[in-house]
Amino acid sequence: MSDKLKLSDLNNILKDLDVESLEGVTIEGDIELDIQGGGGMNPAMAYALGHEAAQISLHVANIARMLGYPVDQLFAQCLGAGGEAAALQTEPAIEELLQAKFDVARSSEWNTPIQEVTLGATSADGGSRDHTITLGGEKAMPFYFDAEMPNRNYVTMDVFDMPISMAKAVKSNYEDVMGDPAEWAKKVVNEYNADMVTIHLISTDPLINDTPAKEAAKVVEDVLQAVDVPIVIGGSGNPQKDPEVLEKAAEVAEGECALLASASLNLDYERVAKAATDYGHAVLSWTQLEINAQKELNRKLMKQCNVPRESIVMDPTTAALGYGLDYAYSNMERVRLSALMGDDELNFPISSGTTNAWGARESWMKQSPLKEDSDWGPREYRGPIWEIVTGLSLALAGNDLFMMMHPTSVQVLKEITQTLYGNIEAKNPDITNWITAEV
Amino acid sequence: MKINSPLDAYKYLPGTNCGRCGEDTCMAFASHLIDRSKSGEDCLPMVEEDKYAKKLEELEKLLAPEIREVTIGTGEKSVTIGGDDVLFRHKLTFFNKTAYAYDITDTMDDKELEERINTIQTFKKFYVGEFLNLDMVAVRCVSGKPETFADTVKKVIGLTELPLVLCSFDPAVLKAALEVAADKKPLMYAANQENWKEVAGLAKEYEVPVTLFAPNDLDLLKSMAKTFAEMGLENLVLDPGTFPTGKEMKTTFENFLKIRRAGIDGDGEVAYPIMAVPLTAWMAYDDDVSASYWETVVASVLTVKYGDIMIMHSIEPYALLPEVHLRDTIYTDPRKPVTVDPGVWEVGSPTADSPVIVTTNFALTYYTVESDISSNKIDCYIVVADTEGIGVEAAVAGGQLTADKIKKTLENAKFDLKEKTNYNTVILPGLSARLQGDVEDKVGSRVLIGPADSGRLPGWLEKNWPPQDK
Repeated sequence: MSDKLKLSDLNNILKDLDVESLEGVTIEGDIELDIQGGGGMNPAMAYALGHEAAQISLHVANIARMLGYPVDQLFAQCLGAGGEAAALQTEPAIEELLQAKFDVARSSEWNTPIQEVTLGATSADGGSRDHTITLGGEKAMPFYFDAEMPNRNYVTMDVFDMPISMAKAVKSNYEDVMGDPAEWAKKVVNEYNADMVTIHLISTDPLINDTPAKEAAKVVEDVLQAVDVPIVIGGSGNPQKDPEVLEKAAEVAEGECALLASASLNLDYERVAKAATDYGHAVLSWTQLEINAQKELNRKLMKQCNVPRESIVMDPTTAALGYGLDYAYSNMERVRLSALMGDDELNFPISSGTTNAWGARESWMKQSPLKEDSDWGPREYRGPIWEIVTGLSLALAGNDLFMMMHPTSVQVLKEITQTLYGNIEAKNPDITNWITAEV
Repeated sequence: MKINSPLDAYKYLPGTNCGRCGEDTCMAFASHLIDRSKSGEDCLPMVEEDKYAKKLEELEKLLAPEIREVTIGTGEKSVTIGGDDVLFRHKLTFFNKTAYAYDITDTMDDKELEERINTIQTFKKFYVGEFLNLDMVAVRCVSGKPETFADTVKKVIGLTELPLVLCSFDPAVLKAALEVAADKKPLMYAANQENWKEVAGLAKEYEVPVTLFAPNDLDLLKSMAKTFAEMGLENLVLDPGTFPTGKEMKTTFENFLKIRRAGIDGDGEVAYPIMAVPLTAWMAYDDDVSASYWETVVASVLTVKYGDIMIMHSIEPYALLPEVHLRDTIYTDPRKPVTVDPGVWEVGSPTADSPVIVTTNFALTYYTVESDISSNKIDCYIVVADTEGIGVEAAVAGGQLTADKIKKTLENAKFDLKEKTNYNTVILPGLSARLQGDVEDKVGSRVLIGPADSGRLPGWLEKNWPPQDK
């Protein structure tokens, strides 16, 4: 049932409720309230009625406002200052989108491009490489819209001068070539699409085989014969032996513009630098997660050893995902930002020993040593993605050259970095209704 | 936040140095407000006394993060996203790690649904003393039927406390789900150009956060955000679309950069958390391993650069493990050196004939040494000296690693070399060789100098252990 109530009846009702009546108000027209349900003045009814009365008073107030009466002032007086907004606020009913234009500024802080470094030399420049590779040249953080990135990222794949122990997932790709560095180098270039090859002369380590430097240098010659991409020459990491090993290797590779890995503060970096300048190579300036040490070493290479700017690449150290990548990432990002903002001691292309990812137990262990952990699943899939994610995060921090190991990792890392670089054409799925996609 | 110096914050504080916040001075407290390790409400006088109320309100406005915080879910498992103030983590830190949601659909049978939810909510990975976990479940309406979707949502709520994302572009479907789930404060996905009016109505009616979806159209995205804010809806998440491949993916990456840069630079109309949907990788790849790999790759890029919440499909360990580790990497506070507890720790099952190896309590050093040893199945003791979280080389130079420190570590652990071992020998890291004499004197043991890199410990031990003469 439904009772009809005239506004003029309100006076009587409000009187019953002990509320001030609306004296002196005359209403034009016929405003009626529909009240559902039966009579009596229960609280719900009183609330509903109060609500309707308030609506009416707003209506009436609007009429008064139209007539020029200072209604708001009156409301403010009656209700107290704070009540005014609450009493009158109504939600804006928005029927059309409020138009807004998105705009964002390009960075004004990045005013110094990264030094370009070209590795490898063709016959025109006294070498025997098929082509050269240029690193660096960025004017913005990697893949940013602030400035075009002039050179893509490159991958150099590891080759060792002796069989070494490695994760099973990696080893299965190299069993046929282990022990033959030249064949190994061919395989990574021809089958795995490596941009460059790193020959690690680890057998020279006195704690391993103590191979004489001169003998190790022959392996470098073999690799230069086997492939025609630019190369990186690495020592064993033994600080006493490395300068001599790199010196001999630099000599046999004269004119090929290889990258000598590495000069560091804890070995005779002058000797490594001299080998680079004497025989026409670039030098990798390696420090351990410490931006000030990186500045110091770069400064020494430039000022003390007279290495030209276009012959320096830095390795500020790569820690694996889960094993200090947070330091490595931010260290590299700081290095790159400082360089773009004009620090000429840090303004060089960056290289990452992404292979370090294989040191993380998550990449190679069959299962978690902790029984509390959820199942780690098959390691043959876990390993490559560990290397990819480690490298990819550093690509976003500013890394230019990746030293890598697993063919799948190389392929996927190249795919994503070149996608972000803008080199990959692909037909995208229609994502406007991805919610219902069958996956 | 709108201020960046402790002095700016200090002006609003009582200046009485009462010490109730735990700091000695109001200025010290002010510096914690700026580094966001404390909030205005930690100043008790300002909370308790009316005369400070206005200043507290003003201060909190100034201290509010540039990117709005949005909370999804209720109770212990609820997640908060957004809240960032910087574009590079080393400038402060990133707040509120990216929330990872994994999908289920309303067309899955009960068994599959239960198994997936179980995997999502029980996943855990030990890391530096705690477990890494997953955060949310995204329920996709594939059936197109409101009642089917609502049924599934009801089931999911019965199975997990994890916060939900309710995914459909059909307001009737969303409404049916909100009828059963609104009190759990799920994130509604999504308003788009067609349905925004109805979805805004639902967000208002059910008081839930909502995602705005405008694939590769930042003007539209901003227009929607502005419109929703005008309607009083500010618990918003922005989805500029995740195109999984090719040039469009580059654009997606740039959109994330642009939205976040604009937000941090003060464009309040887009200063909201950003959502990524790496799940779209599954629409671009056919085989499961490739799709899962690419999904992890897309998720990695957008975890590093500004995604605050994302929806993914693969729950394979080879997807989840790198994802949770990368997120931890990016969201770890770079201002705090990560340390492990000092002491003498066993690796494997050491005996009196096992070596005793010294290292620092810098977590990275410790875990590297530990894994170098354990992965080679060497039983030994590791003496972890409290170097205040500094690595070996720097700690020797800075005096945090000394003979006294090593002696104290052994004493505190009640580890008597003569009693517990047969050789009374400690092995120092190669980079701390210069402490040799000092340690011999103070600790009263023989000292061997190990390799500079613990990766060489296995080979070194083979040659040098046990020591030739007892």
